[in-house]
Amino acid sequence: MKPEDFDFVAKTVKERSGLVLTKDKAYLLESRLMPLARKRGLNGLEDVVEKLRKKDESLIREVVEAMTTNESFFFRDQKPFEQFENVVLPHLLKARANKKHIRIWCAAASSGQEPYSLGIILKENQSKVQGWKIDIIGTDLSEEIIQKAKAGTYSQFEVQRGLPSKYLVKYFKKKDEMWQIDPSIRGMVEFRVHNLLENVSQLGTFDVVFCRNVLIYFDQDTKAQVLERIAKQMPSDGFLYLGGAETVLGVSDKFKPIPGHRGIYGLAQAPTSAKEI
Amino acid sequence: MKSCLIVDDSKVIRMVAKKILQDLEFETEEAEDGKAALEACQRRMPEAILLDWNMPVMDGIEFLHKMRDLPGGDQAVVIFCTTENDIEHIQEALEAGADEYIMKPFDSEIVQAKFSQVGLI
Ligand SMILES: C[S@@+](CC[C@H](N)C(=O)[O-])C[C@H]1O[C@@H](n2cnc3c(N)ncnc32)[C@H](O)[C@@H]1O
Repeated sequence: MKPEDFDFVAKTVKERSGLVLTKDKAYLLESRLMPLARKRGLNGLEDVVEKLRKKDESLIREVVEAMTTNESFFFRDQKPFEQFENVVLPHLLKARANKKHIRIWCAAASSGQEPYSLGIILKENQSKVQGWKIDIIGTDLSEEIIQKAKAGTYSQFEVQRGLPSKYLVKYFKKKDEMWQIDPSIRGMVEFRVHNLLENVSQLGTFDVVFCRNVLIYFDQDTKAQVLERIAKQMPSDGFLYLGGAETVLGVSDKFKPIPGHRGIYGLAQAPTSAKEI
Repeated sequence: MKSCLIVDDSKVIRMVAKKILQDLEFETEEAEDGKAALEACQRRMPEAILLDWNMPVMDGIEFLHKMRDLPGGDQAVVIFCTTENDIEHIQEALEAGADEYIMKPFDSEIVQAKFSQVGLI
């Protein structure tokens, strides 16, 4: 691929998604665009670039989606989910006792393992959340991955990464060679396509936001903007979860780490009770 | 270093598992059926057991029941690793006292994920 073509595609992808493609990712770009070119009957990458330059919207979207990394697994890193069950959820059950309503947002939900893991935790704590309304919204930039998330169907490999076997037995059914999540869990999560670069106010506010393993693909400015946008959708005692390799430190002063709970952040102006859960 | 007993009648599987577990810094021992595994546990109870289901002489489930009755046998973490990949088998293994269950084919990622899930790494 010609350097100017690479630059053009990288610029388009960054504008549309925030994803940064450095020059050393040229091979990745080519390997992901080739199948796309073939699918569309185009004559190689040059044709793809030409169509992009002519602002072929649906192709732009496909190219951006093709450049996303959708890897995810159930109960990823374990600890954040234990914290959710043992710290955040009990805290919110007290703090929201009047409203009995909690809203959770998985902001880069990929194929759904993250929101479904939260659904399983809530199901396991059924007696505690009896009479509560708990919304889990999973969003992602990629239409294709959101369709997969909605289907809730996973390969044998996917259900063996992070998902305890006792939950596999309890909440999944085997269908041919695939594993389908139980409708009772599937029904707890609402999936939507949403781009983190865009306004989120229509999604409402969220007590807990999981924004895990997506900021790593953005540059500092984009990270800061996304965090700022998320902060606006949270009450002052809300909780933000980032991925293991992500932090707010040095990126945004909207959030502060919650002492003693690695990976969870609270709003900088949070009341002390939420900062010291 | 934690110890793991690899129980499988296939030499190839034992070899693959051994390589993966050694990379995860386990000290490994091998047994080709439940009976040999039981003897190994009597000599020294490992921290972890990676256990096949169908084996000659003594199968995984029978081994598991007998092993749990040995001194220290309630402490060992048992992870089935077998081609049986239906809910009924997984359920039966968990009810028999297995801690986790891996469906073959497996790779280092799955082994690592399962071992870390049960707190072995
Ligand atoms: C590696 S996955 C993370 C999945 C999950 N949160 C986890 O931690 O396992 C990253 C996801 O971010 C999505 N993504 C990338 N850029 C995005 C954007 N601008 N808006 C929304 N989602 C985006 C990708 O489509 C991909 O599914």
